[in-house]
Amino acid sequence: MIVLFVTLEDDIAPRFDLATEVIISRIEDGKRVEETRTLLLSTKSAEDLCALAVKEKISIIVCGAIEEEHYQYLQWKQIRVIDNIIGRYSQALHLLLHNKLIADSFI
Amino acid sequence: MSNRTVHKKTLQKANIVAALDSVPHGIAFINSNLQVLNINRFLEALTGYTSAEALGINVDCILRTSLQKKINPLQQVIQNKESVVIVGDIINRARKKIPVRFTLAPMLDYSKSPLGVIMILEDLSCLQTSKKKKGADDVFNDIIGQSPKMQEIFELLPVVAMTEASLLLTGETGTGKDLLASTIHLASKRSRYPFIKVNCGAFQESLLKSELFGHKKGAYTGAVSDTPGMFGLANGGTIYLTEIGDLPLPLQVKLLTVLDDKEFYPLGSAKKVKADVRIIAATHHDLRKLVTLGKFREDLFYRLNILQLHLPPLREREGDLRLLIDHFLHIFSDPNKQVAAHFNPKTLDLLSNYSYPGNIRELRNIVEYGTTISRGETIQPEHLPRYLFSPAEADKPAGPPATPSLVQENPVQQEQTVNAGVHSWRDAEKQLIIDTLIATKGKRTLTAKRLGWGRTTLWRKIRRYGLE
Repeated sequence: MIVLFVTLEDDIAPRFDLATEVIISRIEDGKRVEETRTLLLSTKSAEDLCALAVKEKISIIVCGAIEEEHYQYLQWKQIRVIDNIIGRYSQALHLLLHNKLIADSFI
Repeated sequence: MSNRTVHKKTLQKANIVAALDSVPHGIAFINSNLQVLNINRFLEALTGYTSAEALGINVDCILRTSLQKKINPLQQVIQNKESVVIVGDIINRARKKIPVRFTLAPMLDYSKSPLGVIMILEDLSCLQTSKKKKGADDVFNDIIGQSPKMQEIFELLPVVAMTEASLLLTGETGTGKDLLASTIHLASKRSRYPFIKVNCGAFQESLLKSELFGHKKGAYTGAVSDTPGMFGLANGGTIYLTEIGDLPLPLQVKLLTVLDDKEFYPLGSAKKVKADVRIIAATHHDLRKLVTLGKFREDLFYRLNILQLHLPPLREREGDLRLLIDHFLHIFSDPNKQVAAHFNPKTLDLLSNYSYPGNIRELRNIVEYGTTISRGETIQPEHLPRYLFSPAEADKPAGPPATPSLVQENPVQQEQTVNAGVHSWRDAEKQLIIDTLIATKGKRTLTAKRLGWGRTTLWRKIRRYGLE
């Protein structure tokens, strides 16, 4: 599965719609199987980010605050959203690999 | 000691931070590293994070504001020691974007050295909603209806909104109890404070107790931090307890105590918390029947039932159906999304003959379904949900029989209540006319008056239903 982390420097970005940086990783059987890709976005746009997630066939998005409208859209597109995450990206990845990352958590 | 020194000492002793809990704006104290030191109760309700959770966390992660720029305005305030006002928004824990006016003021010590920033957040959503209404000066405009039964409710709403008494909303499912509760809150003096909705049927008993009254850290396994509870969060505002009929008996006792004493103990706490909260309760159950069955406490029923509003089912709201259809059509018809703009007469006829056991919620869903499925301009009968065409499925009764729609029980209204088992709006209306004619011994003027119609309207309807 392909996971997209919405980041701000080393942390999970506080807001999905204001993010300009994402990290994409492929994870299988609790291991990262492909080098991570960092994408810098030219504009801050939740719609563009949703389109990117669909285009990249993302299975899971890990982010901070996200509006209900975008959350529902991603769910409808079969993308699981783990939102309201506060903490480091590396810690979020670690917890995700161990299947322990849940929405609404301080990590 | 001089008076000046005494005043200073008093101010130092005062717990200013606790006092800010009663201010109707969100307030955050932030240190120079941009970490949260404290947030007041209003901001807890606005963001969904408690002060304990927010402590020490970067302010951007808690408030999720639109102020995240390369040059952080918070740092500028600390450097320049000058206040700034910015309009922006936040996204709260419930994924809601809230427009906010931020006032950022430097927090200075007595030697004028900066300690951090005080951030004041003013919720602008009410202001923006009223702007959207384009001059509408009345929050009650959100509720649509012109039927006599709705007119009765509209007449009562301003009075009900201005009182502090507990209010019980009754009515079948989908009749608009939630909308009515939030409208009453917005029209009340408490509108600047939070409106908190709790579904009493959605939680287990133990969880609901903690959800309503909060808990102290360590009160039970998993209680890792202090939680204010819904009553705490709604302080100064309104708490809306929906599905009150599903409230477990032990909690009914506790709720009664809160209503009487205006204070409560959070779970695991020995300290009483004051609850300055107005309670609006709603149910689709017949609470009197539940009292008779021993499932609802009689004393609590009378405590909640100080004021009562009954929302009529859609089948009893003559003339409102078309208004609501047009309203929902307007909502779902977006030319950019290429959805249908109108119904064809046959479809409208079908819709006006349906009984709507799910009331307005069901009508809304039907209109949304129709606008989505139809690709062209007009919504045809085949664009409506299939179940509308199978009467056995469509006409299942939805809730308990209707009760009178006024604050006090009214025998005339009771006579007007539509008999259970009617199948469509037309049947219901015909039955209503027959019942009222019987009650008035065939006097048409009196019948028209009781039904809230003109004599001509009554005559036309009598002819239409062949009751001459």
